[in-house]
Parts: sequence; C-alpha cells; structure tokens
Amino acid sequence: METILVLAHTETDGSLAKPALEAIGAAKQLGGAFVVGLVGENVQAAANSIASCGAVKFLGATGADFKQPRYATDAAAAEAVCKAAGAAIVIAPATSRWNRVLAGVAHRLGGRADTHVTAVTAANGAVAVNRWYYRQRMEAVLQRTQRPWVIALESGCCEAWKGSAGSAAVEAVAVTLSDACKRTTVTGIHAPAADQQTIRPDAAMLLVAGAGWTKTQPDGKAHIAEAEKHILDFLRLTKASLGSSKSLVDLSGEGQAVLPFMTHLHQIGQTGSTPRHPKGLSTCCHGEEPHTVGWRFVNERRAIDLDPNCGWARGKADVLYIADAFQVMAKVNELLAAKK
Amino acid sequence: MSIAYQIVVCGSIVPDPLQTLEPVTGPTGPALKNEMMLPAVLDPWAGHALFEAAHLAKSAPGSKVWLASLGPKAKLQQVMMTVAQKVPFELVALDGPAGGFTEAADVAAALADAINAIPGLDKSRLLVFGGWESASRGAGATMQIIGERLGIHDQFQGVDKLTIAADGSLEVLERIEGGIHQVSKCAAPPAVLGWATGNLPEPPNNPQVGMMNMRVVMPALQRAKPAKVAAEGVKFASVTLPKQQRDTRIVKDAPAEEIAKEIVEWISKS
Ligand SMILES: Cc1cc2nc3c(=O)[nH]c(=O)nc-3n(C[C@H](O)[C@H](O)[C@H](O)COP(=O)(O)OP(=O)(O)OC[C@H]3O[C@@H](n4cnc5c(N)ncnc54)[C@H](O)[C@@H]3O)c2cc1C
Repeated sequence: METILVLAHTETDGSLAKPALEAIGAAKQLGGAFVVGLVGENVQAAANSIASCGAVKFLGATGADFKQPRYATDAAAAEAVCKAAGAAIVIAPATSRWNRVLAGVAHRLGGRADTHVTAVTAANGAVAVNRWYYRQRMEAVLQRTQRPWVIALESGCCEAWKGSAGSAAVEAVAVTLSDACKRTTVTGIHAPAADQQTIRPDAAMLLVAGAGWTKTQPDGKAHIAEAEKHILDFLRLTKASLGSSKSLVDLSGEGQAVLPFMTHLHQIGQTGSTPRHPKGLSTCCHGEEPHTVGWRFVNERRAIDLDPNCGWARGKADVLYIADAFQVMAKVNELLAAKK
Repeated sequence: MSIAYQIVVCGSIVPDPLQTLEPVTGPTGPALKNEMMLPAVLDPWAGHALFEAAHLAKSAPGSKVWLASLGPKAKLQQVMMTVAQKVPFELVALDGPAGGFTEAADVAAALADAINAIPGLDKSRLLVFGGWESASRGAGATMQIIGERLGIHDQFQGVDKLTIAADGSLEVLERIEGGIHQVSKCAAPPAVLGWATGNLPEPPNNPQVGMMNMRVVMPALQRAKPAKVAAEGVKFASVTLPKQQRDTRIVKDAPAEEIAKEIVEWISKS
C-alpha cells in the first residue's frame, strides 16, 4: 500500500469535526499504514483526541496564522504537511475550508485532486474512488496514476473513527509564509440568529417548500402568512432542515410576495445543494429533474402536491400524496404538537 | 478610490439541465450519449459570475469584462447567441471538449494561458471570476488551479457577495457549512472568486448588447485555438446511472387527517 496521509484541520475550538474522523475511518479501511497531518492554531488537543487511531505519525502545522480559513495560508500549510509526509495518497474531509484549497494544493505538489468523493476503496492495493458527475446524475468509479492524489471525501459517506483519547507526539512542520499570504483576513461569519437558522445539515428530516406555497389557491387568493406558519411550525416541531425549490427562492429577486426566511442557501438541486438526510418531505414543489437531482442523498422521500402528474409521481418519491399541502401540514403540525 | 477592473470570467457550456443524460464509452473514455447533439446552456454558476462581473464593471467606470470559454467551437457559438444578449463582454474562446470526464487541470492550464495572453493584462486590477463548481465535472477545481497558475493566492469559493469598500479592498461572502457565510476582507486585486448564486437575477435579453458583443464573438470563435484537454492518467472503471426509478405509491382522494397521520407515523419511525 502507498503512503497515506489523512489531512485535517481543527475547528475554532481546537477539536476535530466529524468529517475529519470519517477521513480517518476511510484511511483505516484501506488497510495500510497512515500518517495524520493537522493544521490549526493549536493541534495538540486534536491529536490527543485521536491518539489511539493507529496513525504511524502525527504532523502539525500550527500557529495563529492557521486559525482562520484563508486560501493562502491554508494552501501553504497543506502543501508543507503533504510534503513532510511524503504521501502518495492524501485523504481529506471535504469541508468548505479544505474544498477551497485542495485542488490548488494538488497542483503545487504536481499531483491531482478528486473532490466530492463518496467512497474510497482498495482492491489488491489499488485505490479507487467513487464520485458523481453532471450534478449527481451519474456515478463513476475511477483510479488515477498521478501522485500525490488528493481525495476530498464528502461527509456522511464513511464511518467516523471512534476510539479513546491519549497523548500524541506531534511533529511540527514548518510553514514559510510571506506577507503576500496575509492580504486576506477572515473577519467573521454572517449567519441568521441561532433560533432562526433553518438549514440543519445533520437533521434526520428535510422539508422542502416549493413555489406552490406562494401561488393562488383554489379560493382565488395566495396565503403567504399561513404558508409561513405551517412551514415554521413544522420545523420547530421536528427540528427538520429546510430546503427550497429554485422557483421559490427566485421569486424574491422578482419582487413577488415571498417567504422571508428563504434564501438561495436553501435551494436544493442542479444549482443548489445536495444535502444528506435520511428522510425528506416535499411540499408544493413540482419535483422537476433540476430540483430532484439535489435529492440524490435523501433516502426516504415523500411528497405532497395537488398535481397527479408532477415529477414525484414518476418514480422520484416513495409516496406521493395528491392533496392540499395547506390542509395536510396544518393537521401534521396539530398531531406533532399533541405528541409533545 | 475607484479602480477600473479587468474581470475575466471563466465559464463554459453544459447540457441543458432538463435533458436526460446517459453515459457511453467513447474512444477516449466516458462521454455522454449524443453529446454533440444535446442542447447546451452556459454553465449556471459561471453565468451568475458573468452577471456579477457585468454589474461590478458597470459600477466601476473603465472596467472591462472578458468571458474565457473552452468548449467545442460550434456549440460555443450556439450558446453565445443567447449569452451575448445578456451583458457586455469580450469573448476569449478556446476550442476543445467541455464534457465532465476531462481533467480540470488541463482546462485550467489552457484557460490560464489564454488569460495571460490578454493584451494589456494588469494583475493589479485583475479579478478572475468563475462558477465555484461546474454542472459537468462539478469538482470546484478549475478556478483554484487557474489562480495558482496566475500566481493569485487570494481565492474565494462559493461566493454570494462581493462589496468594494471605499479603500478599494474587497469584502467577500463565501458559503460555508450549515447555511452560513464566511466574511473576508482582501486588501486589493488580484483575486479569484468562484461564484455560487450571488444576488442578481438573470438580466433580460438586450438585442443592442447582443449586436455589440457578436461583432467580437464571431472573430474570437474563428481565432479559437485548439486546447489539449483529456483525462490522461485516469482510468474509469465504470460510469453508471443510479437506480432512479422508485416505485411511487400514489395516495389520492384521502382525507387530509388520514394523510397527516400517515406522515407523522413515518416521521416518528427511526
Ligand atoms: C439551469 C437551470 C437550473 C435549475 N436549477 C434548479 C435547482 O437547483 N433547484 C430547483 O428546485 N429548480 C431548478 N431549476 C428549475 C426547475 O426546472 C423548476 O422550474 C423548479 O424546480 C420549479 O419549482 P417548483 O416546483 O417549486 O415550482 P412550480 O413548478 O411552480 O410548482 C409548484 C407546485 O406546487 C403545487 N401546489 C400549488 N399549491 C399547492 C397546494 N395547496 N398543495 C400542494 N401542492 C400545491 C403545484 O401543483 C405545483 O406542482 C433549474 C432550471 C434551470 C433551467
């Protein structure tokens, strides 16, 4: 087996997030020896937390410069750690922080990167990865000859490593940073207030709202306030994550009455996200292909729509309820509230 | 402080998302069935980048927008007929495959060379825009490598907003996990920005802009140099369509109460 490096970064609190532990899980599953390389302000606590993972060595690029997720410094640190490890295969969690830099890092190292990888396997020592093309429309299994091969592993695809903490000896990796690496400063985070955050990647349930919620209903009127209540009540009662169709979020750009808590970040599909949830419920959304490609990793799917010929009817959902979502969701929320 | 920006938008074409796609094995590896026959559109996130570029150029007098596009010449021409109607730009065309099964590194090498060859390129005013991911390969790799090749190490991905401050610095909002944005301040150009959806609606067609653009688009297409884009070193063991069809149970004419009960039972089941 070739030399494997698991390349991870710490979180702001110095810990390792689940995707990093999944990358360790993936490396272990390949069967060979592996090195862990960590980048962050201080990585000792993180290294200690995975001291028993079986890594032959722990490398660390540390310092205040690596606290913020910034291309120039992250790329320099990742490059230095990869070089120090002499790794042929680099497995890294596909976090937004690493996704920003890994292809650039692979280029610097004279190697290649494959991103959004959903599985890493090894048969007779030959590593192969799975990834999707054309926005989750087709899945490929591929190998490559270029080394180093940087593999960005999507979260939720591999068992996270679990084990006891201990004390790990971390070898420091020196990173040379010029002033040019510090032209950018991360100044903060822009987020809705915690109680108003409706995107919850780890939720068991996804609720998708489509443009139908804002359309004229059989009584000849639109019922935006009611729609808002049904959707938000459901989210509050189930802690589900909220998704949207493109049409619904685009309405705001066109100056129509809209649901104020919906942004482009909620959009699911071709030009939106592809979240991972065990269950998904679609409401007032027609289920067209550019939308449903974003449901690739939603396992159980149900939909409520007035149109019996909507996309969900054509093999995209397990169950389609031909019904008025206003009426059904009001009852669903009533039942959920009664259970509390 | 007002800077006249040079904004190069990298963006190619992809099959219309409403088309059904099927993989086939071609002479050089995987490809799409009837790839050259499929109607194509400008890659959506690159499209957003183009609209944002035009918007910025309008607000910074003296700025100019280029669209650097690598794709099969004939298809590029078709798509440009529509795109050219949207916003003013100068096309830099490269002739080569635009499919998803080629290497981002090859595309990036060709585009970086083309950007470097733009007459009068001034890196102190340069912003390289593109989509943060394509709708074909979907790797989010090309823009980074272009940046590396151009020596630009201020890079941002999943960008939804760019604001130019009074001192000329760039405030950038990038998508990160959990539906939130990271805010960064970059001292000055050059920078690479891989755009997500941004904030602008698609501009309406403007025939006047179209006519102006097409005067430059046609000669650019005629000049388009062949680009070497392949997938050397990659062995595709398989490319398959997912088992897409579910056996949909359709529930019709059931009272809302009954449906609600069934849904709540389903939600509660772990
Ligand atoms: C380049 C490109 C990229 C795209 N990317 C995306 C993408 O990322 N994501 C995406 O979602 N779309 C995308 N689309 C758009 C997509 O093709 C559809 O137009 C869009 O998904 C439709 O949204 P919708 O189903 O919410 O709206 P509509 O098509 O308007 O459907 C509304 C639905 O609501 C139902 N309805 C109305 N009232 C009720 C009620 N009381 N109870 C129950 N049902 C009701 C109607 O029957 C209807 O089915 C893209 C298109 C293109 C061309």
